[in-house]
Amino acid sequence: MNHSESVDCTVKPPVFLQIGDAKGDSARSGVCVVDDLATDINIEKITFKNYYTAYVTIRLLRRKAEKEGSAKWCTALRDLALMDNPHTEGGSQNYFSIHRRQMQVEPDHVESLRLILRQPSSAWRLFNLEEIRLFPHKEPAPEKEVSDWLSNLIVVKQPPDLEGLPDPQTVSSSIQQMWALTEVMQANRTTASIGRFDVDGCYDINLLSLT
Amino acid sequence: MEDGTDLSPSIAQIVQRLRGSHLHSQLERQAKDCLHRPEIKLESLKEDVRAFLKASGWEKRLQNAVYRELHVQLPQCHPTTPAEHLKEPLAYMRKAQASWEKRVLKSLNSMSTELGVPLARMRPVGEQKDLTNKWNEMGTDEPDLSRFRPVYAPKDFLEVLISLRNPNHDSSEDMTVKSHWGLIQVPLNIRDIPQLRQAYSELNLNNGQLGIDDHACVALHTCMCLHASVVVEQDSAAAQQYSRRGCPTGLRSDLWALTLNSTNQPQDVMHYEQLKAGVIQHDLLVDYLIYKDVKLTASNDDYYFVFEDFLYQVMLCFSRDTAVLEHFKYNSATPPKSYIHGKVGNEEFAVLYPPNGVIPFHGFSMYVAPLCFLYNEPSKLYSVFRMMYIRYFFRLHSISSSPSGIVALCLQFERLLQAHLPQLFYHLRQIGAQPLRIAFKWMVRAFSGYLSTDQLLLLWDRILGYDSLEVVAGERTAVLADLSTLKVMPLIQIFLFATAI
Repeated sequence: MNHSESVDCTVKPPVFLQIGDAKGDSARSGVCVVDDLATDINIEKITFKNYYTAYVTIRLLRRKAEKEGSAKWCTALRDLALMDNPHTEGGSQNYFSIHRRQMQVEPDHVESLRLILRQPSSAWRLFNLEEIRLFPHKEPAPEKEVSDWLSNLIVVKQPPDLEGLPDPQTVSSSIQQMWALTEVMQANRTTASIGRFDVDGCYDINLLSLT
Repeated sequence: MEDGTDLSPSIAQIVQRLRGSHLHSQLERQAKDCLHRPEIKLESLKEDVRAFLKASGWEKRLQNAVYRELHVQLPQCHPTTPAEHLKEPLAYMRKAQASWEKRVLKSLNSMSTELGVPLARMRPVGEQKDLTNKWNEMGTDEPDLSRFRPVYAPKDFLEVLISLRNPNHDSSEDMTVKSHWGLIQVPLNIRDIPQLRQAYSELNLNNGQLGIDDHACVALHTCMCLHASVVVEQDSAAAQQYSRRGCPTGLRSDLWALTLNSTNQPQDVMHYEQLKAGVIQHDLLVDYLIYKDVKLTASNDDYYFVFEDFLYQVMLCFSRDTAVLEHFKYNSATPPKSYIHGKVGNEEFAVLYPPNGVIPFHGFSMYVAPLCFLYNEPSKLYSVFRMMYIRYFFRLHSISSSPSGIVALCLQFERLLQAHLPQLFYHLRQIGAQPLRIAFKWMVRAFSGYLSTDQLLLLWDRILGYDSLEVVAGERTAVLADLSTLKVMPLIQIFLFATAI
């Protein structure tokens, strides 16, 4: 995947939410909010690498196309589970990709993205999302039109009577076989390895590389 | 996460892997040859050829090959996932594996330097001739192996697993939800008894098992007919399914070969001969480790000493097999590297050592030994062993978060024992014997050498049938008693299905 296709955006530092007086409370928070600022983007997909986040909710600040200035927050995805079990490792460091089709609303004209991360388990010191990338939506290219010359083809006439010549059916089927064989040979890129472990017959080794 | 349409990358991956394989060229040849047949019409060429391939059994062979590919295929994940993440998703486990490997390599390097034995060298012609002549009786040789020692033993590996820590894991609270008194301190997701019961429902006490319930003649006869028809049909998926209830002794070798899709066609025999040539030509330090291991373990075992020569023939060839390198795509381990002609850093002169990338440890030959009861032809024995290794055994000696990996199996064993045999667990700890230290070496060898062979083979039937080593953890838990007289499967059944919760 081409990373250069992703859009540059500013990811603000995560904010951990607390109930009550944050200074007095020594318990770790289980909810974190990450804001990602973009400028009027139609999102194709969002990719990120997980770091011990159990669930993620995605909220979008979308601007209505026609009206300037009136942007509204909406939920694109609620509580997507990233880990099989918040207390255990499964999915904790996996890469994820969320496509626009998976979202509950159309992610168009998005000015800001808010990721609400939840990790209810006390087993982990930190949780976050890393390498967050946004990929813009591209309109599919219009289908090429059939060239005009194809429609100007002349209809093939019936073949004349051929005496003494080989049967055209036999000839055409054997040519077809040969063609099929050449097609296959051209397309045949083998992934099978040859099996040699030496370099030009030499396999004298004194030390293993430790790097 | 995945779109419903995302089967296409899997399909593309399988097609790419099968393209250019021997099966592919055989299918093409069959398709080409059948064009002369009268029932193949030009107008419906594609359908007719496909019907022919189906009727002549070739479609089944293709199905089996696809079935095998599915077993070794990497799980589908995000396209930007780096290769190292596919091998092992957790960074701290990758690091632990890398540092363990470094230790092993250092040990091998210093052994080579101290003993003055090169890691690899070309054999002189005379020596090559000698070895060719005594290929079938290498066991009669008594080389001086006293200077060689195994690179590591299972107990060394256990210490590494015990010291595994997730830096992000908060173990400051003494009694967290999952705290326990075991040695493994990694929070992997493990199935508990109710989940195991569901997963292994065929082992339910109500279901007859071959090797246990053979007195029920009707059931046995039905089982045997089913198994035999599976062999006739040559269906890999069915063979695997039937292995869950145990294989009849007479059909086991065929059923295992089918499940693993391990064939013994001319190209397999040729491949084995090529490996043998590699053994004759080059002498490896690893060979002496293999000799030593066989002498120390299998040769001393009442069941396996007769197979000593076979073991050398398989293990030495295994070390030369570059086809094994494929499995490093999904194994957290990395094959050791070296450079020839002293051209360190120059990738043109980079080689892997040994050629298959696997350094044998003390007890490694016991993975092969039980298979000698099933296959007496070296190339066939080799082919099945290699498939077993790249599907299952590699997980028993590499650090990974895989649910079938050794770390998860150890954790599962400790949890099951604590939860269901707490008095035993507590007693062992009281006398200073951590249960895992006792059971670990059984685990690493998948019980080979610790159970009688007939019981071991029944256990390995289930490994193949369920395509997982998990059943071994349950077995260990059920087995803290005199191993030699054990009946394996009844114990697992009782443990899983009769334990009151």
